[in-house]
Amino acid sequence: MKTSQLVPRHGVVIRITHWIGVLAVTLLLMSGLQIFNAHPALYWGPKSEFQRPWLAITAAPQPGGEPIGVTRLGGANFKTTGVLGWSGPPDARSALGFPGWATIPSWRDLATGRRWHFFFAWVLVFNGLLWLAWGLFSGRIRRELVPTRADLAPSNLRHEIVTHAKLQFPKDEKARRYNVLQKLTYLIVTLTLLPLMVATGLAMSPGVDAGAHWLVDLFGGRQSARSIHFICASLIVLFVLVHLAMVVASGPWNNLRSMITGRYRIETEGEGR
Amino acid sequence: MSSLHRRGWLQGLGASLSGLWLAACDRISTSDRGMAVLDSAEQLTRRAQRLLVDRRALAQEFSPSLISKRFRPNGSTDPDDPAYRAHAAAGFADWKLVVDGLVERPMALSLAELRALPARSQITRHDCVEGWSDIAKWTGARLGPLLDRAGLKSDARYIVFHCADSLDGVVNYYESIDLIDAYHPQTLLAYEMNDAPLPVAYGAPIRLRVERQLGYKHAKYVMRLEAVSDFSKIQGGQGGYWPDRGYEWYAGI
Repeated sequence: MKTSQLVPRHGVVIRITHWIGVLAVTLLLMSGLQIFNAHPALYWGPKSEFQRPWLAITAAPQPGGEPIGVTRLGGANFKTTGVLGWSGPPDARSALGFPGWATIPSWRDLATGRRWHFFFAWVLVFNGLLWLAWGLFSGRIRRELVPTRADLAPSNLRHEIVTHAKLQFPKDEKARRYNVLQKLTYLIVTLTLLPLMVATGLAMSPGVDAGAHWLVDLFGGRQSARSIHFICASLIVLFVLVHLAMVVASGPWNNLRSMITGRYRIETEGEGR
Repeated sequence: MSSLHRRGWLQGLGASLSGLWLAACDRISTSDRGMAVLDSAEQLTRRAQRLLVDRRALAQEFSPSLISKRFRPNGSTDPDDPAYRAHAAAGFADWKLVVDGLVERPMALSLAELRALPARSQITRHDCVEGWSDIAKWTGARLGPLLDRAGLKSDARYIVFHCADSLDGVVNYYESIDLIDAYHPQTLLAYEMNDAPLPVAYGAPIRLRVERQLGYKHAKYVMRLEAVSDFSKIQGGQGGYWPDRGYEWYAGI
């Protein structure tokens, strides 16, 4: 016999900053790919060694035919026609790093992409500061996100990894709190990846570099900062994909409601199913 | 069967939503009002940088070992203006840089006279708005002492650089900077690159070096400096060829 009840799950500041963050990160990613497309190659160090990118997306001309999209990662070449390097409608393909459906605007326009990017970078920063100030002031970052000693016990970590892999999620009182994998993931995203995005972004600014040589040196030079910016963005995309999969696997409507109205349904009696 | 059906339905919904999303973003990108909202961030960026970064701060300088072996020439690399080509063919022997506008003493300086002005050498990083960077050594006349010689009038606020090249075959390239940047010690009219006379591909006989800003501010083939109180009447009115086409006038980011 099970009874269920709606319990308060996410506070209003969390819900607002979450959705503003979703909007900002999405627009930053897509306008960022537009900016990347202006020179779809990445390097290490202060300058571009054009002969030695660690990542390059190109259109390779083919004798007597259409070019093919080639993505070079380290020493390996991958054929990525249709998505990376050479994409668009089959009869009107063009040389483009990331395809038009992934960029803002959908056509090649660096100036407009930069407008979008810098506007929503400010949105992300103000949103992040609001979340951080509130999280620290209310103590919720410490209470809800910092793992406890029990969280970090090897047996608990093993248990969480195994149950996540089996897509088994608690539906009872335990669902009121984040599990240790959530805590660690959210901490890494909010307090490491997103701040790194901002810092590496600033390190690419020649104006900021003049006032803070240490910042660009910290990342190993401007081209390294650009590479780290891209890698952190990729890790955020990876996080979003896993996050969405977990949302779906652990009850999409219940999760979605808790992030909109704040209320989450838990089972309070019996063993569940 | 029903789950397959549902999957198709969900995929359709996802595709339509992302299509709508893209269409909405594209629509904002082409609307004046949408772009005006996005532009408000540029003011914020400029103010924040001016607040946080000392405008006299020097751009990083690098050791000679980091100089790029093949610096990428960008923009125009061989202007087809007949007068320019004649000067280039003659090694710029009779070429003169015009300094006019809101100055007490308009003048025309030969390359030899420019070389006699207070000079500076610096090994700096050139950051293209596209995202790549190259490093080179630049030697040139410091702009500040040159402007002092011409004597700026009190209403002069910007220096406009008029160039010999044209990217679209219709209008000539131009750029502008304010007086704080003009008097920055690293702001040069460079006549040498890597200890050799500036090659044509890089802007001979002189190009602007305004370190701390993106590459498109570094006007090549500079023919004339004009001191102005505002640049709203020049070409598109945004203070530069690329700013007229949507790029930031203040290119510190």
